[in-house]
Amino acid sequence: MIDRDQVLHVARLARLRLSDDEVERMTGELSEILEHVERMDELDLEGVEPTSHVVELQNVLREDVPRPSLPRERALEQAPDATEIGFRVPSPGGSGGS
Amino acid sequence: MSELVELTGAAQAERIRAGEVSGEEVFEFWRARAASDELGAYLWVAEDNPGGELPPVAVKDLFCVEGVPSAAGSRILEGYRPPYTATSVRKLRDGGAGVLGKTNQDEFAMGSSNENSAFRPVENPWDRTRVPGGSSGGSAAAVAAGTAPWAIGTDTGGSVRQPAALCGVVGLKPTYGAISRYGMIAFASSLDQCGPLTRDVTDAALLLGLMQGRDPCDSTSVGIPGGIDLPSAERLDGSRFGVWGLEEEGLDAGVAAACRATLGTIEELGGAVEEIELPHAGHGLSAYYVIAPAEASANLARYDGVRYGMRAGNGDLTSLYETTRHDGFGDEVQRRIMIGTYALSSGYYEAYYGKAQKVRTRIVEDFRAAFERVDFVVTPTSPTVAFKLGERTADPLAMYLSDYFTVPMPLAGIPAVSIPCGLHEGLPVGFQIAGPAFSETRMLDAAHALEQAIGFKGVPRG
Repeated sequence: MIDRDQVLHVARLARLRLSDDEVERMTGELSEILEHVERMDELDLEGVEPTSHVVELQNVLREDVPRPSLPRERALEQAPDATEIGFRVPSPGGSGGS
Repeated sequence: MSELVELTGAAQAERIRAGEVSGEEVFEFWRARAASDELGAYLWVAEDNPGGELPPVAVKDLFCVEGVPSAAGSRILEGYRPPYTATSVRKLRDGGAGVLGKTNQDEFAMGSSNENSAFRPVENPWDRTRVPGGSSGGSAAAVAAGTAPWAIGTDTGGSVRQPAALCGVVGLKPTYGAISRYGMIAFASSLDQCGPLTRDVTDAALLLGLMQGRDPCDSTSVGIPGGIDLPSAERLDGSRFGVWGLEEEGLDAGVAAACRATLGTIEELGGAVEEIELPHAGHGLSAYYVIAPAEASANLARYDGVRYGMRAGNGDLTSLYETTRHDGFGDEVQRRIMIGTYALSSGYYEAYYGKAQKVRTRIVEDFRAAFERVDFVVTPTSPTVAFKLGERTADPLAMYLSDYFTVPMPLAGIPAVSIPCGLHEGLPVGFQIAGPAFSETRMLDAAHALEQAIGFKGVPRG
């Protein structure tokens, strides 16, 4: 189960602006999904090691040599707002200036 | 030329090699077919004609192709043209298969019906009132409808195999690490794997053979030791098949019947069939719907309206982030970001993510034990045939249940292939064969023998 306040908290963490209706709907849907997910509680998982990767790999290394990367103008060309040298964003805490 | 539509990719390649038709003619033929698509399978069709020694391949929208729209079915990336090309696509091009078009998909590969595409749903060529499955629904529909000779998609919890089943084509999810994920717009990085959707098993093996291999740009890629041999088996003597899931609640009786008939075919070909248990596989969905959203919530943090894609909102930076992400992501994507963020948040991590990763270990162990007794595990691919458009959109959990039989394999990292095994109420049924990690050559050989015996005919063409 998840309540309305938790949904609002998680939405803030995820940087999603939800309307009141969406918070309402999301609370119901997430509760139903989490209820299904919580069936895992039926299992005895005492002492089981968690799996984070299914293929056994060790120390995937490469030579530490420089190689070409994307030129700056290519990296910037898909940005919604860019200057010649970087991405332009509004002030982090201010009222919309750049 | 028109007979090309009846040929497999391998058979077309043979005609090109023999000089009966040029690569440019083949490409042009398929480009016209793709442009005539009426199912919503394509989001973009190639403008130039590179020819090639193989027929061209339809590519799921989420593969980055330099200079070509690659939006992963999402409004937030609409119009994005990447500055680089995915390794899998580059290797196909190097092998002679150019890019025919970009195919429609559920947004960021999250969905089982293709109805979560930000652009439009896809219709199933067997019945245009039904879904093609998802998330690689456009790729499956295009191959089934004969608007693509073959295609690639991605499979995280069933996104290649389930649409292949619902559209009556072959869909292969390789072992995790077989194909580089570089340039695949990420959903859940510990599960995502590229795979072919094709008219037959030989074509799937051919595309896998071209794409597999270690890639310095993806440190989780290892390739398939020994490579891929094209399948040739016609018998199954000496092979043992373990059946899972035919008694599951929620499995359509018609799907179960078609799968049972296929077990009979396995025995006729000399294979041995026995029931096996995968005691934790039934909990795969629960684990999957924690792990995949958790990884997605991290992967999708990059869509913030700053470096690429759309930007919305006036005001300060936080407002820009929040408005861009709310307006740019569809409902299902926001739902999964929320579940994933919650599952990873302070105080809940162990109860959800930690537990799900332990269930994953149990599923890995279940398969390991099964493969000590049998060579392959077989199951239905999807619990039902293609459902009606709109039927499950209001019920996210009902949609998730479509993946019941397909999520355990990616959780364990093992390969699985879905082949069409018959019809139920005039709609295709998929039969799934899974093998141990890196057993693709052997697994596809078995699938080939079965496919030859089943003799499935594709979608009726008017």
